[in-house]
Amino acid sequence: MTNAHDTSWVRRNRMTLTPLMFLLPGVLFFLVYVISPILQSFNISLYEWDGLGEATYIGLGNYQELMSDRAFETSLWNNLKWLALYLLAIPAGLFIALFLNQTITGMRLYKSLFFFPFVLSQVVVGLVFSWFYLPREGLLNAVLSFLGMDAINVLGDPTMATYGIIAAGLWPQTAYCMILYLTGLNAVDPEQIEAGRLDGAKGWRMLWHVILPQLKPATFIAFVVTIIGALRSFDLISIMTNGGPFGSTRVLSFYMFEKALSEYGFRMGYGSAIAVVLFLIMLVFIGYFLWSMYQDEKAARR
Amino acid sequence: MFPTPIEKRSRGAQITYQTLVPLALIMWLLPLIAVALFSVRPLADFTNGNYWGVPSSFEFFTNYGKVFLESDMPRYMWNSILITVPTVVGAVALSCMTGFALGIYRFRGNLIIFFMFIAGNFVPFQILMVPVRDLTVSAGLYDTKLGLVLFHIAFQTGFCTLFMRNFIRALPYELIEAARVEGVAEWRIFWYVVLPLMKPAIAALAVLIFTFIWNDYFWAIVLTQGPDAQPVTAGITSFNSQFVAQYHLMSAGSIVAALPPVAMFFLMQRHFIAGLTLGAVK
Repeated sequence: MTNAHDTSWVRRNRMTLTPLMFLLPGVLFFLVYVISPILQSFNISLYEWDGLGEATYIGLGNYQELMSDRAFETSLWNNLKWLALYLLAIPAGLFIALFLNQTITGMRLYKSLFFFPFVLSQVVVGLVFSWFYLPREGLLNAVLSFLGMDAINVLGDPTMATYGIIAAGLWPQTAYCMILYLTGLNAVDPEQIEAGRLDGAKGWRMLWHVILPQLKPATFIAFVVTIIGALRSFDLISIMTNGGPFGSTRVLSFYMFEKALSEYGFRMGYGSAIAVVLFLIMLVFIGYFLWSMYQDEKAARR
Repeated sequence: MFPTPIEKRSRGAQITYQTLVPLALIMWLLPLIAVALFSVRPLADFTNGNYWGVPSSFEFFTNYGKVFLESDMPRYMWNSILITVPTVVGAVALSCMTGFALGIYRFRGNLIIFFMFIAGNFVPFQILMVPVRDLTVSAGLYDTKLGLVLFHIAFQTGFCTLFMRNFIRALPYELIEAARVEGVAEWRIFWYVVLPLMKPAIAALAVLIFTFIWNDYFWAIVLTQGPDAQPVTAGITSFNSQFVAQYHLMSAGSIVAALPPVAMFFLMQRHFIAGLTLGAVK
């Protein structure tokens, strides 16, 4: 193909201009809707603002208020519980994946049925579980009374409610980790298993020394999505308890929403301060994720 | 294969396994099975306290008929479609381009832009909430589907770019070099060489984004209110307050709301899982 503009400025600089043009719409969108709002939130967190009238600059006032806010403390603790317990999805997912990694007839269908809670929206998962926990109509208590145990009101009890919600969250999250590990197991090198068998490795030893090292990429992704998922938890809390009973199930993401955008008042500045704290917690993990991806990139440079 | 294939075990172990798997599945899906059973019961069963016994009558058509004919559910569903489909198209289109630029060209700032997309994709929604809501309100797009779509496209571009860029990186680079030697213009390389090879990635992303956006709840309640623009995830709460304590109808309603992504998953399973597990195998 010959081009009349062979020596034109555009053609000479095409290796710079093409990626620029291709990136422009995506980057622009992302800057407007994601990057700049992050910076704006930092700024708003320094103001007292109801979202409509004039904003008053109060410096770190919102952050000082956070320090003595009991609800904030509860939320922070609950976030930690979410983080710690949500990670159970990873071993649970691995366990189910090992259980299902067989080739009996109908296995494909079984695997997809095990996976499909992940496809449900968190809203539906929340509803399904809040009905499951219902003191009178719920299946959980039907089962408990069948086993001769006392009925419990999971979501009405401040000491149990958060765990009840986390259990609901673990359901789809475990399914997600399971599918990651099933894919990983599919690609495990059969020769290494054979070699391990010849060395007398079996069961746990085989899993720990031969299989798990090969599942490392799957484990990494499982960590990323589970940690992000734990810190993003909002829908389930909003649907199942709306932060209650007595604010015992709040987490930072939910508390922020409550402060900034619900009937409890429109404190945009205070809400943004909470969001900034959540963001900084997340940033630690994001930093780590990016760093390990960067290591991979360096190794894969062509 | 690990664990040892069950065919190599004793007959007894095989039979145990084959009965254990369906049992485990029933346990796993128990909360969902309960909801499905609720959704075909008549109201009388709930007033009589007959929650788990044999239903006194089978009311599948009555209950689901009510969901479709006597509530705003169809409107919410339609809103969800009008929000989800344009978002899928927009985010996939934008990320095909960004993925191409970041995957094929070497220039200063390439990795920084790429990492900006990844990092942005991980941030908590709350840090974006107040400014995005302000932006949407001042653009006159509050409580419109367009307002939601624009934000969703922008945010999903982060994840989609990560996906597309890595996919394009794995394509044989010689193809592009060969095309360049032939003197093919760069945009034609995109359109005629790279894009056709991206079909599986596009399919995978499309089903994934469809599910993510259909299931979004947070942005739906931040950027919309009322049945004019709200998608079904947000609408279901008003639906439930319309039918308070009528568990048969609420169950039927949430099953209807959950169905489209479930159907999408079962129809496009291979693509869905390929997309979700990208990077799980090196």
